[in-house]
Amino acid sequence: MAQLEEVTIDQYKHLVSERALTGETMLLNMGPQHPSTHGVLRLLLELDGEVVVNCVPDIGFLHTGVEKNMEAKTYQKAEVMTDRLDYMNTMGNNLAYVMAVEKLVDLDVPPRAQALRVILVELQRIASHLVWLGTSGLDLAAMSMFLFCFREREQILDIFELVSGQRMMTTYIRPGGVWRDVPVEFETAVRDFIKIFPKRIDEYEKLLTKNPLFVDRMVDIGYLSKETALSYGVTGPTLRASGVNWDLRKARPYCGYEQYDFEVPVLHEGDTYARYLVRIEELRQSLRIVEQALNKLPMGPVRSDNRKFVPPPRSEIGVSMEALIHHFKLWTEGFQAPKASIYSAIESPRGELGVLLEGDGGPKPMRVHMRTPSFDNLAVLPEIVKGTLVADLVAILASIDIVLGDIDR
Amino acid sequence: MEKSLEPIVKNLQDKFGATYEEFRDEVHCFVKPEQIVDALITLRDEHRFELLSAQTAVDYYPQTSPRFHVIYQLTSLAQNLSVQLRVPVNGDNPKVPTAANVYKTAVWRERELLDMFGIEFEGHPDPRRILMPEDADGHPLRKDYPLGYEEPQFTFNFDEIDLRKPYAKE
Repeated sequence: MAQLEEVTIDQYKHLVSERALTGETMLLNMGPQHPSTHGVLRLLLELDGEVVVNCVPDIGFLHTGVEKNMEAKTYQKAEVMTDRLDYMNTMGNNLAYVMAVEKLVDLDVPPRAQALRVILVELQRIASHLVWLGTSGLDLAAMSMFLFCFREREQILDIFELVSGQRMMTTYIRPGGVWRDVPVEFETAVRDFIKIFPKRIDEYEKLLTKNPLFVDRMVDIGYLSKETALSYGVTGPTLRASGVNWDLRKARPYCGYEQYDFEVPVLHEGDTYARYLVRIEELRQSLRIVEQALNKLPMGPVRSDNRKFVPPPRSEIGVSMEALIHHFKLWTEGFQAPKASIYSAIESPRGELGVLLEGDGGPKPMRVHMRTPSFDNLAVLPEIVKGTLVADLVAILASIDIVLGDIDR
Repeated sequence: MEKSLEPIVKNLQDKFGATYEEFRDEVHCFVKPEQIVDALITLRDEHRFELLSAQTAVDYYPQTSPRFHVIYQLTSLAQNLSVQLRVPVNGDNPKVPTAANVYKTAVWRERELLDMFGIEFEGHPDPRRILMPEDADGHPLRKDYPLGYEEPQFTFNFDEIDLRKPYAKE
């Protein structure tokens, strides 16, 4: 076997207090295989009894080099990698990347595709929040929440399967529109969901919101101040629970969000319970957006007819020589994007999901940087958990809602 | 350029001699490495850019001076504005002063840049790798690092493969 270096305290010396060096406090590994770290996350904890003195997150276990891989693929093919980042928000990742490409090459999207994107991304937000609600309930020993939440999430994943053929790795949203029009069953499936879901949210709230066991574990635990949150670049529901009204859907509307009537819940408490309440309210608001978008879903094409960037429909290929050439060129060579750099961002369930895309004039991106919200949201964890109990750390970690695929990229 | 962004860019030009480029309503200001911390403080305190949305880098290999651009994407929540600062850095021994004292989020973002591009941030409180293993060779997002595979090592051939494994294979 090769030489394995012995792990010594020296490399963590500047991260833990002096008491750890004398053995007065204890260093403890939480993870990487731990049920409540929500993925492969290792936390090095310095404990004084049960109180957390220092917390050093160790990430990178899921690092797959997505950004590097995307540089070697054409603009269309690189999109497939984005699904694998934040596997709870696949539609959102597709949208963020596709919007960046559209901005770079200046491509218009037809209104029907915009509305479909809104419906699917908001359904994805609900699905993502349901996983958060289920798993954070599980962490605080509310076992049945997990089963209830996954029942409804499955219904959303069925809708995704209906439109894209895949439950999770959808790649449905494409540059210039969406892959293809939704099937006729789509509308009934979404209407069914809209009909039952409000009652289900009431059910969740009945189980948790006023449950004294749950509230005691949440209220005044893990306080995050507005200033700390902004300095650490925290975004999304975690920021809004600390009293900052910042939602990119309202501030910089994309995909026609300005047409829909919805509210952005903001609370000022900044504790774990506030983050819980903000997300619960977001479930209701997302459902409102889905309903409005479905009611005024316009008819028309779902893909741009700019043949230089968007492949022609199958029916055209048989009868038009140009269509065949475009199809062939787009899938072998790809399209040329200008030599320029753009940054575009959307509001993912976890916060600002930004894409920095730089082209070099060729068919492949020169640099794709995914600004993933979980990365910055996790960075603030050591700041929040100082001085809390180990058991509360589990509740706090659940409340900031991280996805490790999103962090490690 | 948006009207409300003009005085901000003007201020950067006067104070730091910044040049700027525009593309699709986005403004990229170029600042020298030694002035970046002051420029960030100016933007944060005078112009209320509270959020460092993204910090990343681009490698322009084989070009060597500048080889990298370190990018700071700043957002002002109060004014709903964005501006991007770019710091050109040369290829040999790239060094930039750390922004960790201005925006805390830079602590992890700069660790990532150190890990992925090998750009050193002077005065960084915790300069360790963040995503790659601590004993990894090279910096994966550099353009001269091959996109390849790594031979899997098992107990029986660990040493044999270890001998010829400085980098990922092409």
